[in-house]
Amino acid sequence: MKKKVLSTLLATAMVASLLAGCGSQAAAPAADAAAPAATEEAAPAEEAAPADEAPAEEAAPAGDEGKILNIYCWNEEFKSRLTDHYPGYEEVDGTTGKIGDVEVKWNITPSENNAYQNNLDAALLKQADASADEKIDLFLVEADYALKYVDTDYTEAVSDFGLTDADLAEQYDYTKKIVTDSNGVLKGVSWQACPAIMFYNREIAKEVLGSDEADKVQEQVKDWAAFKATADKLKDAGYQACSSVNDTFRVYSNNVSSKWVDGDKINIDKNIENWVNDSKALVDAGEAGTHDLWSDDWSKGFFKDGKVFAYFGPAWFINFCMSCDQEGSVGIDGGWGATVGPQPFFWGGTWICGATGTDNATLVGDIMKTMTCNADVMKEIVQKDDDFANNKKAMAEMAASDYTSKVLGGINPLPMYMEGAEKIDLSNLSAYDQGCNESFQNSMKDYFLGNATYEEALDTFYKSVVEKYPELTY
Amino acid sequence: MANGPKTGNSRVVKYNKWGYIFLIPFVLVYLVFQMIPLITTIYNSFFENYMSGLKQIGPNFIGLENYKEIVSNGDLINYTRNTLIMWVLGFVPQIFFSLLLGAWFSDQRLRVRCAGFFKTVIYLPNLIMAASFAMLFFTLFADSGPINTTLINWGVFSEPYKFLEHAAGSRGLVAFMNFLMWFGNTTILLMAGMMGIDGSLFEAAQVDGATSTQVFFRITLPLLRPILLYVMITSLIGGLQMFDVPQVLTNGKGNPARMSMTLIMYLNNHLYSKNFGMAGALSVFLFIITGILSLLVYRFSVRDNNADEVKKRSRNKA
Repeated sequence: MKKKVLSTLLATAMVASLLAGCGSQAAAPAADAAAPAATEEAAPAEEAAPADEAPAEEAAPAGDEGKILNIYCWNEEFKSRLTDHYPGYEEVDGTTGKIGDVEVKWNITPSENNAYQNNLDAALLKQADASADEKIDLFLVEADYALKYVDTDYTEAVSDFGLTDADLAEQYDYTKKIVTDSNGVLKGVSWQACPAIMFYNREIAKEVLGSDEADKVQEQVKDWAAFKATADKLKDAGYQACSSVNDTFRVYSNNVSSKWVDGDKINIDKNIENWVNDSKALVDAGEAGTHDLWSDDWSKGFFKDGKVFAYFGPAWFINFCMSCDQEGSVGIDGGWGATVGPQPFFWGGTWICGATGTDNATLVGDIMKTMTCNADVMKEIVQKDDDFANNKKAMAEMAASDYTSKVLGGINPLPMYMEGAEKIDLSNLSAYDQGCNESFQNSMKDYFLGNATYEEALDTFYKSVVEKYPELTY
Repeated sequence: MANGPKTGNSRVVKYNKWGYIFLIPFVLVYLVFQMIPLITTIYNSFFENYMSGLKQIGPNFIGLENYKEIVSNGDLINYTRNTLIMWVLGFVPQIFFSLLLGAWFSDQRLRVRCAGFFKTVIYLPNLIMAASFAMLFFTLFADSGPINTTLINWGVFSEPYKFLEHAAGSRGLVAFMNFLMWFGNTTILLMAGMMGIDGSLFEAAQVDGATSTQVFFRITLPLLRPILLYVMITSLIGGLQMFDVPQVLTNGKGNPARMSMTLIMYLNNHLYSKNFGMAGALSVFLFIITGILSLLVYRFSVRDNNADEVKKRSRNKA
């Protein structure tokens, strides 16, 4: 008898879970099916729509535009920015949201191994034939490959979305230069500027360097020779100077005097060679690891028992990488300090591009305007996310105010960022940067660990770049 | 009168017709999903055809340029070697354990208890998706992963051993995972073969006083040859197409220094730029390599088989 009861129970549970599974799956196609109808005529869509899809037409910013906003990006960063700072954005679930009656669909693909761009490219190439609701409306690009998209007809000028020069006046020039095509048309906007600095662990600084004040620390890391000497000291005390030599890569690669690609020939800049030599010395001395960025081993140093002295990064690094909201992290009680470090540099940054053919032009324009031109929103982003926003005036005001960063132990890092942002020089960017940077760090790892000579590692680098960009030679 | 044999013939033809009709689904599926892709792959390999950013380059007919490029840069040999090394490293223990387990499970005298349970358990790793399995190993064997932590706690290592940064470690892990995933499957196949052997042969051997080792080497193994051959060739073809495990384990990089990069991972690299020309040419090479190796295995086994039969016959005569 007991067995029978148990089996009935189990069977019921199974059927119930099956049905539940069916339910959520069945709902999705139904919503999809309803969507194409919506563009043709609003009225039949209401009939077709399931009960839970409430018709809320009056809330729409522009009633005659598409009901689905497709956003392509590679991580959760922009989503959380939109959730926190865009008025009227409601989160529905992991991949969808709502602005008025417009459904926001997030298409998030990680950048690793070019997956994001592959996915985006495939979608963009089909853009012309896609139905209005399938079309990409808005997508994000990084500095490393912005040119690839900006210099094509797949992106539309921001002026077409209603952004005027006056709106953009307070943005840093470099953030505009990066996304200006060869005809001088601005094709994207960003809410952040990414001058980068060195974050150091205050505890370790006090113990080994005698002080955790930015000036004193800066003195000991003012150039790469000083950095190496400090790394030796740290090593004796049982700490690593930085988690991985890939941490310092951007510092060198942003201070190059030539591009990765010269004509169609791959070119290794002198400063990149410096990175290789300095890094080899660090790795051989056991003063830095060779972990891939973002890997678990790499992130150990964000926690108190991680024994890592410094990380290099821009403002987004704090919010996005350092796990400062987690128990046991260095950042949770303000354990990080910040200083300029051996060389000023910049890293990354995310630009919003409007896709050609979007059926939500007004909404896209409004998102761009709110997220990148509205001084109040910019200040909010700094307050909440420790980011550095792309608005000179607002940043100057905040730099002069009593704003402090909790993670950075109560200092105001904005003056440092402001100084760095003015110095950013983008004359040596190329459309191949992402592939080259990734392959180079990857191939040199073999050299650092002694699995290959420098020449062999270089050879692997060339091979891997030519696989990615067959038009290049070496 | 003349009609008689004709009707007989047409009846035969009628039955034949059904044979062809039943073959249609297979032939159709084969044509659409195998033959046409195969031919287009070969066709594509003669073209320069890739994406530069969002720009399409080609297709321009360039003859054998892609093939020359692949042969001249020497990578093909490297990656073939890597693939074969990892396959052999995995296949040898796989066939050893499968034969052993198969012999135990099918041995009438041993009567292993809970054979069904063990058969299921050894098959289980195969049910996990290769990618998740590789991800699991990646986490387990990370520099600060549980394996390293445990070994350091036990005092085996003083500092973390970078498994994935040593050729032996990374190839070994790939081979080990392939072994774990596939030995269950091979065991089941071999067992099926062993159970198909006439039981009276084993009894006769027992009566003659043969030890179980002798029974295994003199009776089981020779009679198992057709199944072994099948296992060898399918495993070889699967091994040459090794991709998911090393791809996920090394994040597509074939660490260290591309020493665990397999042929298909190399092929996959060309898809970064959607380089169908190079990828096509590489596929053709892969096709040829697979063909040659399969032929070799087949020829060796068949010749051995014949030689054995000749030997047996001569022994019988004596």
